[in-house]
Amino acid sequence: MQTLIDIVLLLVLLSDLYLLSSSRLGASIKVLAFQGVMLSLLPFLSTDMVRSPHAFVIAISSCAIKAILIPRLLSRAAREVHIGLEIDSYIPYGASLLAGMGVVLLSFWVARKFQLPVTVSSRLWIPVSLAAVMIGLLMLIIRKKAISQVIGYLAMENGIYVLGLSLAAQMPFLVELGVLLDIFAGVFIMGIILNHIKYYFDDLDVENLTVLKD
Amino acid sequence: MTLPALFFFFALLLLLVSGIAAVACRARETAARRIGAVSTPLAGLMAAPAVVQGLFFAEPVFIDLPLSLPYGSFTLAVDALSAFFLLIIFTIASLAAIYGAEYLGREGAVTARGVSYFWFNLLVLGMTLVATAANGLLFIIAWEIMSLSAFFLVTFEGEKPQTQKAGLIYIIAAHIGVVFLFLLFWLFATNTGGSMDFTHFSRIILADQKTQSLLFLLSLIGFGAKAGFVPLHVWLPEAHPAAPSHVSALMSGVMIKMGLYGMLRTLSWLTMPLYWWGAVLVAVGLITGLLGVLYALAQHDLKRLLAYHSVENIGIMAIGLGLGVLGLNLHQNTLIVFGFGGCLLHVLNHSIFKSLLFMAAGAVKQELHTLEIDQLGGLRKRMPVTAAAFLIGAAAISGLPLLNGFVSELMIYFASFSAVVSMAKGVTALPLMSLLGLAAIGGLAVACFTKAVGVIFLGEGRTPAGAAAADPAASMRIPVVILAALCVVLGLAPILVLPLLKPVLAAVTPVTWETTNAELKKIAQPLIYLSLIAGIMAGVFMLLWRLRRRPLAVQGIQRSGTWDCGYLEPDSRMQYTASSFVQPVIDQTNWLLRTRTVKEMPQGYFPDTGKFVSHTPDLFIEKGYRPLFAAIAWLFHQLQWMQRGRISLYILYIAVALLALLFWFGGLR
Repeated sequence: MQTLIDIVLLLVLLSDLYLLSSSRLGASIKVLAFQGVMLSLLPFLSTDMVRSPHAFVIAISSCAIKAILIPRLLSRAAREVHIGLEIDSYIPYGASLLAGMGVVLLSFWVARKFQLPVTVSSRLWIPVSLAAVMIGLLMLIIRKKAISQVIGYLAMENGIYVLGLSLAAQMPFLVELGVLLDIFAGVFIMGIILNHIKYYFDDLDVENLTVLKD
Repeated sequence: MTLPALFFFFALLLLLVSGIAAVACRARETAARRIGAVSTPLAGLMAAPAVVQGLFFAEPVFIDLPLSLPYGSFTLAVDALSAFFLLIIFTIASLAAIYGAEYLGREGAVTARGVSYFWFNLLVLGMTLVATAANGLLFIIAWEIMSLSAFFLVTFEGEKPQTQKAGLIYIIAAHIGVVFLFLLFWLFATNTGGSMDFTHFSRIILADQKTQSLLFLLSLIGFGAKAGFVPLHVWLPEAHPAAPSHVSALMSGVMIKMGLYGMLRTLSWLTMPLYWWGAVLVAVGLITGLLGVLYALAQHDLKRLLAYHSVENIGIMAIGLGLGVLGLNLHQNTLIVFGFGGCLLHVLNHSIFKSLLFMAAGAVKQELHTLEIDQLGGLRKRMPVTAAAFLIGAAAISGLPLLNGFVSELMIYFASFSAVVSMAKGVTALPLMSLLGLAAIGGLAVACFTKAVGVIFLGEGRTPAGAAAADPAASMRIPVVILAALCVVLGLAPILVLPLLKPVLAAVTPVTWETTNAELKKIAQPLIYLSLIAGIMAGVFMLLWRLRRRPLAVQGIQRSGTWDCGYLEPDSRMQYTASSFVQPVIDQTNWLLRTRTVKEMPQGYFPDTGKFVSHTPDLFIEKGYRPLFAAIAWLFHQLQWMQRGRISLYILYIAVALLALLFWFGGLR
């Protein structure tokens, strides 16, 4: 069980690093879906959650949303705005991968100092979730296209979800609410923001938004 | 829950539900206004058992709902102090609600009226919760409900630029105040071991004088911003004129007093006050009172004038409070009882005559569509009821004998006198100053209201609009008459309200019931004489009035223009204007007030047009707040290089801040 959890967590981390360094939108969306599948496995593997009805609720809802609904919405949005392979990063992809490594190191170092109120089933759990959050944040910072920023946001959201799962046995309701937040992000960001940016600027490059400043 | 508590709780629910109902049927605005007018008096009746129990029974009313937040709990307690303020809140709010139904019918957009009543009910609800909250967090939530609903009431006519400015100044002042309240309750909570329940606050014994003084100063600033202590008074003269009149009446009559409620509540926890707290309160009160009345003298807008008088009266209350605190420090029972007692009684009295004056001003405004004093005139003949009520209110607020304002000021005078007579050499300076200050404030207030009553109600009308003016409809007239009657009754028989003060004093101060009783007896005797003299004077007056009727009936009454001074063609423009009436006083204090005048004198042997304009801006806005806020704006302007308009960069800022926090709290420990 322990090894299985570690493998899943490492796959989550690797998929995050892929998202950070990849310029291919289609592949990124597929990796995000894969990450969603991995995340929906976690509630079953975590020892203190097994046989709880909440584990099913969380797993099934997160699978449906993170692995199916949001990737489909994303690929539809990508089709509509005709983005395939484009440079959309402020720093080179290689450098961003390096930065991602730094972030991973940092999160492992920070996690050692954390005093958590609960015991978690794997030692990787906290560092991976922190790294996922920070990589998502990094993507938000270095990417230019709104759609890649959305992917970054979702990656960050997944990190928060992993961190929340460590508390799921104590507060399952909180995690379920967190899953619902994803739906909100999906509808809100896809539907409204992308359409509006495209409508007003004919492009999804957030660079264009600089004209909005004072 | 006991029966009074249950009724009280339903009163709160009624306020909320009827407020929502008023919004729901805002399209049928007559129904909305009717709901608004009925709901507050009804809620007041339902709250009455709790008020009576709180005032006259030792056992306070408790309501404890199982709602809790970190540090917070939904606990309400109606003790004597709460009940005293609840009495004021519900009396004035009920009359204002009834008055407002008619008043709002002629103001603003049709659908906005129902919404306005929603905020009105919420303001009453917020004040009720403030007066009864027994938990720091609940208190702050209630305080914010009160402040925000007042903001929406003030901005009723939000399309006017003047109203927008007033709303902005009000909301800034309210928020600056609440920051200090947060600090205050947080500091209390750190001393109780993390509890914000008021029952714990009252039990702490702080040995540390510095912490105590800090708590006092925080409450002085936080609550002073709401009450309107100088220099935190600047929102009053902006917000009161902008709001509809029944709202000004409620805000000026009741809401600003919640600041004093907060101070009294805080002082009841700080059991060992220092001497300088009292000195600071008396000094603040004197400055507030004097500046308030001086600025009031210089105003040309009636409601702005009344707002400055609220500042003045808050000053008088602060003097009483300060004397009471001095008494606590010096263990002088007379000073405690009459300082706090005068303050409390003035809270009650001021709420009565100030709401009266604002409501009368509202009636004038709806008839003449202006409150510029120099555009009014001769209204006594057209609006006799309003004029009589305004005159009573004006005499009461000036502290003239036989009306209620005199009684509470007399108590504060009494406290000062007793301190001057009985105390050692070093400490008499302060009470002596408060004596002189009170006298000066009273004299100037008389001058100011002579101007207001004289220019507005006497003489001849200055504009054609005045000729058609008439007293308002009954539902606007009756609340004003009731308030005027209260002024007279409480002025003639002040002995009636002393029983109200006893339990409140017992709740706020450590003085025992017996001592309070014995001290209050000292003033009971003069007050009975006062009532007797008043009764005799009223009798003589009635007699003379009757005697006058016979010769008048024989001679007949001849009507002619007022004050024609021998001119053949007297003109209403020959009358004294408001500015010319007060010019002697204003000229002497011009070094302080800095009145700006624009003069174009008529020239030549056959003079043609001339011009005179005077304007008195608030010095604290001109010289204090405007430069301060300009400096802050300049400072933030220096940070504009950070605003690049690039979302990525903003997220980077957030990330850096988060990482810094992570290292600060997580990494480096």
